[in-house]
Amino acid sequence: MNALAKNLTKNQGEERMSLINRLSGAVGAGALALLAFAGSAAAQEFTVPEATIGDGNTAFMMIATVLVLLMILPGLALFYGGLVRTKNMLSVLMQVLSISAVMMILWVLVGYSLAFTANPNEALNPFVGGFAKMFLAGVDPTTMGATFSNGSYIPEYVFVCFQMTFACITPALIVGAFAERIKFSGMLLFMIGWSLLAYYPLAHMVWYWGGPDIFANAKIALLAAGGDAAPADAVAAYDAIIGDAGYLFTKGALDFAGGTVVHINAGIAGLVLCILLGKRVGYGKDAMPPHSLTMTMIGASLLWVGWFGFNAGSNLEANGTAALAMINTFVATAAAALIWAGAEWIFRGHPSLLGGVSGAIAGLVAITPACGWVGPMGAIILGLVAGIVCFFFCTTVKNALKYDDSLDVFGVHGVGGIIGAIGTGILVHPDFGGTGLADYLSVPGTFQTGAVDIAAQVWIQTQGVLLTVVWTAVVTTVLYYVINFTVGMRVKEDAEREGLDISSHGERAYNM
Amino acid sequence: MKLITAVIKPFKLDEVREALTALGVMGLTVTEVKGYGRQKGHTEIYRGAEYAISFVPKLKLEVAVKTELVDAVIEAIVSKAKTGQIGDGKIFVYPLDHVVRIRTGETDSEAL
Repeated sequence: MNALAKNLTKNQGEERMSLINRLSGAVGAGALALLAFAGSAAAQEFTVPEATIGDGNTAFMMIATVLVLLMILPGLALFYGGLVRTKNMLSVLMQVLSISAVMMILWVLVGYSLAFTANPNEALNPFVGGFAKMFLAGVDPTTMGATFSNGSYIPEYVFVCFQMTFACITPALIVGAFAERIKFSGMLLFMIGWSLLAYYPLAHMVWYWGGPDIFANAKIALLAAGGDAAPADAVAAYDAIIGDAGYLFTKGALDFAGGTVVHINAGIAGLVLCILLGKRVGYGKDAMPPHSLTMTMIGASLLWVGWFGFNAGSNLEANGTAALAMINTFVATAAAALIWAGAEWIFRGHPSLLGGVSGAIAGLVAITPACGWVGPMGAIILGLVAGIVCFFFCTTVKNALKYDDSLDVFGVHGVGGIIGAIGTGILVHPDFGGTGLADYLSVPGTFQTGAVDIAAQVWIQTQGVLLTVVWTAVVTTVLYYVINFTVGMRVKEDAEREGLDISSHGERAYNM
Repeated sequence: MKLITAVIKPFKLDEVREALTALGVMGLTVTEVKGYGRQKGHTEIYRGAEYAISFVPKLKLEVAVKTELVDAVIEAIVSKAKTGQIGDGKIFVYPLDHVVRIRTGETDSEAL
C-alpha cells in the first residue's frame, strides 16, 4: 500500500483535505487535543481499502478532460473572437490555439512535475514542486493518481491530461485582457514564463497533497505508535507526511475546481497586463463593438457545456459529489445569467444577449471553487451575487477607472473568482446546504464530514485570495517589463490600426 | 425617363417592391448602404461600452421609369416606406439620358 502510495499523484481539487489537517490536528500544537480524541478510537481496527482503478471513474475522467479542451477550443476562442473587431478575429483564435499547444508541451516537459510532485527542498515544498517527474519520468500506464476516496485511483496519465487542460485554459483566459494590441511573440514568451512562475506554483500551493490513503496510513501508523502517547519521532513522521502538501492546501483553503488557481490568477494577470500595456488605439473614441455576438454565444455555450468536465471532473470520480458539482454548474450559471441580463433590463431598458452570456460566465467562474462544497441553493446565491457584482465591475467600475481590459477578464474572472472563493467559505456550512469540510483522519480509511467555522474558513479563503492576487501581480509585472524591453509586448500603432489578422498573421477572417 | 433613387428602412423593402410591381415597374436595383440624416444614428451598449453608431443601415433602391410613371412611383414608395418615425429615408429623382438593354440592344423606353 505504501509502496503504491509513493507513486501516487497528488491530486487537485482537494483542498478539502487540508481542513482535515486542522481538524485532526495534524499540525503543531493543536495536535495534542485532537490526538486525544483520536486515541479513543485507537482500539478499533482501521483499514484502508485496497488501491484499485475504477473503469467508470477512468472513463468519466477521460471525457471530462476532453470537455475542458472543448471549453478552450473552440469555446473560449469563439467567445473571445466574437467580441473583437473583424480585423482581429483570427489573432484571438490563433492566440488561444497557440497558447493551448505550447502549454500542453510545457506541461509534460516540466509543468506537471512542478505542480504535482514534492520539492526536495522543504522550505520550497509548500510553494512549488520539484523536478522528479520532468518529462513525465516514472509515469507509465500502470502508475496511479489518487482521487478523493480511499482506495480509489485513476491512471496517472488521465490525471496528467486532466490537469494539463487546466494549465492550458488558464493562460488562454488572459488573452481577453490584451486582445487587439498584443505582440504575438512577446505574448507566447510571457505565457511560458507566467506558467512557470505563477500557474504551476499556484496549482502546487492549492492542489498538491498526498491523497486520502497516504493520510489514512499516516494516521494509522500514528495510532499504532500509541496515538496521543506516541513518541516524538512518530509524531514527527506523521507531521511530515501530512505536511507534504501545498501551502494553501495545508492552511485549509477550499478551491474545488480552480477559483484561485485558474480564475483569480488569470483575472489579476489580465488586469495588470492591460494596465501596463495601455489602452487600445482609439479606445473611448472609436466604436469597437463586438463583430459577431453569434459566435460569442456559440463560444459561451460551449464553455458552459465544457465546464461540466471542469467542475464535475475536478471531483476525479463519478459519484455523488460530481453530481453535486454538476447541478451547481447548472443553477449558479442560470442565476447569474438572469440577474445580469435583468440588471441591464432595469438600468438600461434592454436585456442584451451579451449581458446574458457574460452573466453565465460570471456564474460559472463563481461556482468553480464552490461546486463540490455548496448545495444547489447556495450555488444560486453565489450566482446571483457574482452576476450583479461582475455586472457592476464590467460597467461602472471599469468606466470609472478607465483601464482597457478589452474583454473583461478581470471583471468576470478576477471578480467572479474572488466572490466564489470567499463565498465558498460561507456556503460550505451545512446550515446553508453545504457539505461541510472533508475529513480523512478522524476515522482513517474513510471519508467523514467535518464541522465548519465560517469566520475561520472565510479568513482562510481570504488569505488564499490575497496570496494569489499578490503572487500573480508580481510575476506578471516582472515578466512584462523583462519581455517588453527585449522582445516587446505590444504591436506598433500602424499594425494595430490595420488589425492583427493581417499585420501579425498575414490572413483575414472573412473573405466575402 | 427618370432615375428614382430611394433610401428606405430595410424592413420596408418587400412592401415597396410589391407596390412598384403593381404599377408596372419591371426592374429594381437594391443596395445595402449606411448613412445618416436627421436620425443621426443611435447608441449601442456592449457590457459597459456605449457606442454612437452614426451610420445606420439602410437600403438604397434605384428604379428607372418613364416620366409619366414618376409621380405614381414616388407616391407608392412614400406610402409603403413610411412609418412616421424619424429615419424613414428620402427619394431623389434624376433625369435619365439613355438606357440600353444589353441582351437585345433595345434602347430608351423600350429597354425599361
